Amino acid sequence: MGLDIRWPIGLMFSLIGALLVITGLANGADARSLDININLWWGIVLLVFGALMLLGAVRGKKAPPSA
Amino acid sequence: MQPIHLAWVDYTILIAYVAFVVGIGWALARYMKTSSDFLTSGRSIPTWVTGLAFISANLGALELVGMAASGAKYGIATSHFYWVGAIPAMVFLGVFMMPFYYGSKARTVPEYLQMRFDVRVMTLNAAAFAVMTVFASGISMNALAKLLNQLLGWDYNFALLICSGVVLVYVLKGGLTSAIYTEVLQFFMIVLGFAPVVYLGLKDVGGWHALTHSLQTVAANPAALQLKPIGEVYRANAWTGAWQPLLAGPESNPMGVDWFAMVFGLGFVLSFGYWCTNFLVVQRAMAAKNMTAARNTPLVAAVPKMFFPLLVILPGMIAIALAVTPGKNYRLPPPPIDSGRFAAAIEVLAKAPSQEFGVTYDTVSQAIGMKMSKEKVQKLVQSDSVASLASVITREQDAQAAVQSSRTALKQLKRGGTASGSDIANAENTVAQAKNTLALADQKYQEISGDLNERLRDAVTVNDYDGVIFSLVKRYCPPGLLGLALTALLASFMSGMAGNVTAFNTVWTYNLYQTGRRHLVDTPRPCTLDYKGGKNEDIVLTPKEPADRHFLWMGKFITVVGILLSIACAYFAKQYNNAMDIIQLVFGFVNAPLFATMAFGMFWKRTTAAAAFYGLFAGIAGSAVFHALTLAEGNTPGLKGGYIHVLQVFPSEMAQNFWLATFSFMVCLTFTLVISLATTRTKSDAELKGLVYSLTPKIKDADQPWYQRPAIVGLVLIAVCVILNFIFW
Repeated sequence: MGLDIRWPIGLMFSLIGALLVITGLANGADARSLDININLWWGIVLLVFGALMLLGAVRGKKAPPSA
Repeated sequence: MQPIHLAWVDYTILIAYVAFVVGIGWALARYMKTSSDFLTSGRSIPTWVTGLAFISANLGALELVGMAASGAKYGIATSHFYWVGAIPAMVFLGVFMMPFYYGSKARTVPEYLQMRFDVRVMTLNAAAFAVMTVFASGISMNALAKLLNQLLGWDYNFALLICSGVVLVYVLKGGLTSAIYTEVLQFFMIVLGFAPVVYLGLKDVGGWHALTHSLQTVAANPAALQLKPIGEVYRANAWTGAWQPLLAGPESNPMGVDWFAMVFGLGFVLSFGYWCTNFLVVQRAMAAKNMTAARNTPLVAAVPKMFFPLLVILPGMIAIALAVTPGKNYRLPPPPIDSGRFAAAIEVLAKAPSQEFGVTYDTVSQAIGMKMSKEKVQKLVQSDSVASLASVITREQDAQAAVQSSRTALKQLKRGGTASGSDIANAENTVAQAKNTLALADQKYQEISGDLNERLRDAVTVNDYDGVIFSLVKRYCPPGLLGLALTALLASFMSGMAGNVTAFNTVWTYNLYQTGRRHLVDTPRPCTLDYKGGKNEDIVLTPKEPADRHFLWMGKFITVVGILLSIACAYFAKQYNNAMDIIQLVFGFVNAPLFATMAFGMFWKRTTAAAAFYGLFAGIAGSAVFHALTLAEGNTPGLKGGYIHVLQVFPSEMAQNFWLATFSFMVCLTFTLVISLATTRTKSDAELKGLVYSLTPKIKDADQPWYQRPAIVGLVLIAVCVILNFIFW
């Protein structure tokens, strides 16, 4: 199919990651999450994951996979 | 559980997800040119995508909720569903069965049955499957709407319609491809949404060692959590060992299952039956772009599947460990209680100070409808809230009466027409004052009843294991992460519906509709041409089948119908819980023997169509009879079995299920074997080429790198699986 699924995955998780990072910076650590700033840390993980997916999509576009 | 309040960031994440899935549907719409594009993705999708969709189609939210519940109730042994059940079956599908599904060019599993046997076997399977998918999707949507209602306080109808609407839009636009893409998205949502919850939970109980230690406490006193009658105990490793408690016999493990039922019933019959013959999952592999990709689909899927227990079973174990750890202030959630029941209980409590405690206790637990703790209710009755409850209620009623009478006075003054302006102003003032007092009294009542509701809920001694996963999400997730976790749940419910609908529309369009047409409408029929000269000629009219455009239209039309039927089923499930249980039971009967038919068909060329058809029927009848004659300990004869006569009592419902599957498999196997030998073959070797193992050229893949050769990858997967079983021995 013409649409590379890595684009929507990458975009969506980058967006959600950014949202979590902002929430984490604004609200700080929460007692619920055992005083870990889980939003900030997990937001960074999601951003990295999203970026990797986008990277894959860009490279896939340059060289369409043969197999 | 009190409704969870969502912050703006949570709603933003939710909306972002919905926007993305609808967007995917829109982006794919322009590729949907033929019925095959729409219903089978035109066989064009890469392996890793079909692989993730393959497990995702099965990882519905009900699975998530159910596995966490089982993790709490049964501990590590729940992972048998993965390490004994799913993985070997997935490997078998990829290595041995996929070549026939994919290679035969069948578009669906029922279509394979038609090519291998005849149209009867196909119809039996296709019709049962079509009905089952609609009900499955209805059950899932009902659960979703109920959940949104309890968790977020959304309206049931609104939740049901909006979620079905989203699914309708993206499936109608992008067909199977859309469903598969969303399943991949959902896979990552679930993994990335729940991993932090599991991490925080594990950290909270104090790590793996503390967890196993707490689970030994659970095993030493299972009665504390209503897992066994008071006084009975399990061995220390009942929750932390996968095989030792199983080998020690049904009474030594919380599942109440013996090892044979586990290995043969679950591991062989049920799992192979599900993973190898259910079109819902197999359809994902059939959408792959070539044979290698199709065979590797279940193998790629097996890798994350193997580690899913970490994500779905561990939370249940964490919850039950937290519940027995002092100072953690965690209890397993009680079942949801309607507001009507609370109101009734509060009415009873208002009378409590003037009556005996025994009476209050009985009427309160009756009003709530569940067993309650005597001490907690006693404490509740002695609390300040209850002491002041009667006066608060009286004050509220007085205030209401005052508002009423002051209003009437004002009306009469105005109607009389003789009252002066100041009199009217005075009367208006009195009304306003009375309203104020009422508002204050109301507020006080709300405060007290809120507190009482919380205490009543806490006094319930019944545990709702299905609520475990939500209670953990609520406990650990701050706004932000909460939105992610809830969106992941919502996503899995919706993709459960999408998966069922896309399987339903394909089976309907290609198997029931197209085949039905070929047999009934588009069939050659003889007719006589009557020429004017008196000479007649006999010819055969062969109507032309409509062009593909017609079937694309039908696929889309039936998608809408499928969604509407699912919504109807959701309401049905909401209304008649019992009827739903019966339907699911019947599907259990239909599915249990199918793997025997399929395996015979693929691996023994002597199997005849009549044998397959009657064998399948005998298997289904066999399960129904078995169910009518057996019962699980603690159940009463009826819906749970034994309604004709109780011949055999099993230690648990799970054991009854596993043995039922085993029995019906054996019945189907025997009948198929005997009838095959007694009837003559109707299909020649040439006709069965590509459909039966011994008549199909072996696939040569020696030139492929080892990691693309299904046999080698399958062996590696099985080896890892065995190692996992040993580690958690």
